[in-house]
Amino acid sequence: MFYIYCPYCAEYREEEEFHPKGQAHIARPLDPMATSDDAWGDYLFFRDNPRGVHHELWVHAVGCRKFFNVTRDTRTYAILETYRIGEQPSVTADSVSTGSAASTATLTGVQA
Amino acid sequence: MQRYSGFSLVKHALSHHENWQRHWRNPAPKKEYDVVIVGGGGHGLATAYYLAKEHGITNVAVIEKGWLGGGNTARNTTIVRSNYLWDEAAALYEHAMKLWEGLSQDLNYNVMFSQRGVLNLGHTLQDMRDIQRRVNANRLNGIDGEVVTPERIKEIEPALDVSARARYPILGASWQPRGGVARHDAVAWGFARGADALGVDLLQQTEVTGFKMLDGKVVGVHTNRGDIGAKTVGCVTAGNSGTLAKMAGFQLPLESHPLQALVSEPLKPILNTVTMSNHVHGYISQSDKGDLVIGAGIDGYLGYGQRGSFSIVEHTLQAIVEMFPVFSRVRMNRQWGGIVDTTPDACPIISRTPVRGLYFNCGWGTGGFKATPGSGNVFAWSLAHGQMHPIAAPFSIDRFRTGALIDEHGAAGVAH
Ligand SMILES: Cc1cc2nc3c(=O)[nH]c(=O)nc-3n(C[C@H](O)[C@H](O)[C@H](O)COP(=O)(O)OP(=O)(O)OC[C@H]3O[C@@H](n4cnc5c(N)ncnc54)[C@H](O)[C@@H]3O)c2cc1C
Ligand SMILES: [Zn+2]
Repeated sequence: MFYIYCPYCAEYREEEEFHPKGQAHIARPLDPMATSDDAWGDYLFFRDNPRGVHHELWVHAVGCRKFFNVTRDTRTYAILETYRIGEQPSVTADSVSTGSAASTATLTGVQA
Repeated sequence: MQRYSGFSLVKHALSHHENWQRHWRNPAPKKEYDVVIVGGGGHGLATAYYLAKEHGITNVAVIEKGWLGGGNTARNTTIVRSNYLWDEAAALYEHAMKLWEGLSQDLNYNVMFSQRGVLNLGHTLQDMRDIQRRVNANRLNGIDGEVVTPERIKEIEPALDVSARARYPILGASWQPRGGVARHDAVAWGFARGADALGVDLLQQTEVTGFKMLDGKVVGVHTNRGDIGAKTVGCVTAGNSGTLAKMAGFQLPLESHPLQALVSEPLKPILNTVTMSNHVHGYISQSDKGDLVIGAGIDGYLGYGQRGSFSIVEHTLQAIVEMFPVFSRVRMNRQWGGIVDTTPDACPIISRTPVRGLYFNCGWGTGGFKATPGSGNVFAWSLAHGQMHPIAAPFSIDRFRTGALIDEHGAAGVAH
């Protein structure tokens, strides 16, 4: 059971208020007609599916109904940070593997 | 291989059952094999068995990082059926069903395949239209199926609440009498024993950590027990397939999710069949031991931890009690999770890859147990011929770029 910090409500709420919506930061090709079948297939169907740090989209379905991002470890299920739409993650697979300021970034990320 | 029979049982009784042969050897890895199968679940073991039995290719290793059948094979709710909507999927699952029907004899191993029938319930008019369409499609494909009324459902499964009082009244169901359940461990063990007897090396506690390549062709695998050469490699690694594809330098359209199941305390026989409902989202059968075997839905998030969220278990039991109010006070005994590799169209990937000699058989997601013999059979054919078996061909990775998807979300649904 997750206890998730909604960056809009600025509160921790139970997992059941939320729905996961898949990988975050996927941009729709700007000119679909000019996009190759390969690139379109990638956009629609191919996801990172990492064993480790993952950036994903969640929606606060029975709360403020806003979408936001979560950085989570898919092995331990630990939530490393949550952040608003339009923002970039401060914890990434690289920052975790090199250990660079990840723990402080986590804290500020979660509280922000 | 020592064959099992009534006679051998009597014979071994005389020596207090202490001299039975081991099921399989525990060999040291050879330097090189003609075919290496990565993943010792049911599908991988079936592939090795059919390679040896039907294609005479016996210089084969199955490499398993844990123990045989310890992945999703031993974690599933064992439902077997073939009532899929589209021709391609129906052909694949029905091919498996035909093999199931002779499997215990073929393997000389009791896989406890029990054709007790499968009900897929409909609770809305749209459910019923979908059920009618699917049953008609099945019958055109020569697969048994009937649309049944609530009265008939009551005869088949008396414990089910078919009354109009139910919160989601049951309007009807599809009924596949040839569907049922099998003992999942026995399936892995039976294929393993059969493959071992034909000369296949089963290498347990051996984890593949990378692929050896030469000029765009696979020539072997790296493992925690050293390198092992191979002319052909088939990966049958379920929830871990995306990770292995990355090691080989390409991506698969898979997402790995936790899927949970649970069993109750053992009860006297009460369920006759397998009951599944997409709408209230639960499915249930009773094992020969007496426990109710209950399947949940997937957790919507990605996870590799072989566990999911408690809320899913709670929703699942709500659904079960909705269908079977009589179970409201049954206690649950054990609960667990497996990692299932889901695809965008709820159909598997049985395919070549950008690396020559490297094949994948994965993406079986929440419902691949039922396909175990069929999947192994067509995958073995494909590895042996270096080209995809006609039943496997539509399940190529290319479909996610050409758009030729085989959308089985209706038939897969909650359903397994
Ligand atoms: C809770 C649950 C309920 C289900 N219910 C049903 C059902 O009722 N009916 C149905 O048809 N299907 C069901 N399924 C799905 C079914 O279990 C799977 O589709 C099927 O068992 C997959 O078999 P497999 O042999 O491909 O995978 P697995 O049995 O998972 O085997 C893959 C093996 O690969 C090994 N492996 C992974 N990576 C490596 C590596 N790097 N090196 C070496 N070995 C590796 C793993 O250890 C594992 O043993 C269910 C699944 C779950 C989790
Ligand atoms: Zn909120």
